[in-house]
Amino acid sequence: MNVFDETDRAILLALSKDADQTTAQLGRKLGLSQPATWRRIRALKEAGIIAGEALILDAAALGFGVTVFLGVKLSTKSRVSLEDFERAVTAIPEVQTVEHVLGLYDYRLRVIARDLADFERVLRRRIMTLPGVGDVEANVLLSEERRPGPL
Amino acid sequence: MLDDTSRAILRHLQADPSIGTPDLAERLRLSPSTVTRRIERMREDGHIKGRKVLIDWVALGYALHVSLRIRLDKTNPRAFDDFLTAARDIPEVLEIQTFLGRVDVRLSVIARNLADYQQIYRRRILALPHIDDIESLMTVSTVQDRRALPL
Repeated sequence: MNVFDETDRAILLALSKDADQTTAQLGRKLGLSQPATWRRIRALKEAGIIAGEALILDAAALGFGVTVFLGVKLSTKSRVSLEDFERAVTAIPEVQTVEHVLGLYDYRLRVIARDLADFERVLRRRIMTLPGVGDVEANVLLSEERRPGPL
Repeated sequence: MLDDTSRAILRHLQADPSIGTPDLAERLRLSPSTVTRRIERMREDGHIKGRKVLIDWVALGYALHVSLRIRLDKTNPRAFDDFLTAARDIPEVLEIQTFLGRVDVRLSVIARNLADYQQIYRRRILALPHIDDIESLMTVSTVQDRRALPL
């Protein structure tokens, strides 16, 4: 794509909050024609800057009241053990994100559950039984805020 | 709570938020009007809050992703409020989360490179009020990033 400019920034910011608006609506807000807006969005997608779309759901209203972040240390480290761990952990439906990190832990997991009892079940039956799992630290999420980032 | 039909619709929408109603209806063997009605209902009830685009910050030139785990000086009653207010002013902060556990607050920070990160860390992060201790985890790779709910 051409240089990423202020208009692209404004488009990204608007769509990262609400992707339901039409290109015509968005264009009007930014003083752009509908085709110009559409071309810019297409360019942002082609450049991989817009990586996809996500549904915004109310987790609590859908019965998921608890989010826990787990720091996991592996007890044995080898290429095979990392691959085994990653394969098994990504198969757990309650595990939303898995990050391989550098620092105090090897992996950082975001786990969602209905309540604390449900979380305990996931932790005992699914997480603690993962291949190579060692130390696990849990922090229960109290509040979360997404910021627009450097846009 | 949602019934099986609405849950099935949500599951498909989560996996593919831009899927059209006719395709969705065909996959689930439902009539398009049923699907439309159900989705409208879930929007009215607040289960579905909307849609957003996902930004790939790496594609925008932000190659580093650091997770800062912060403990605050809780002897000061304003520690959380002051800290959170100041953290919101740092553009490179993508997420602010508060926890129950060993960590009080976590900031998700992006930077263009290590030199850029050092600037942000020294000038902005270390200037935040009431910090007792900071641990950093640097993301090596994101194995999975699926904010979907296990419906």
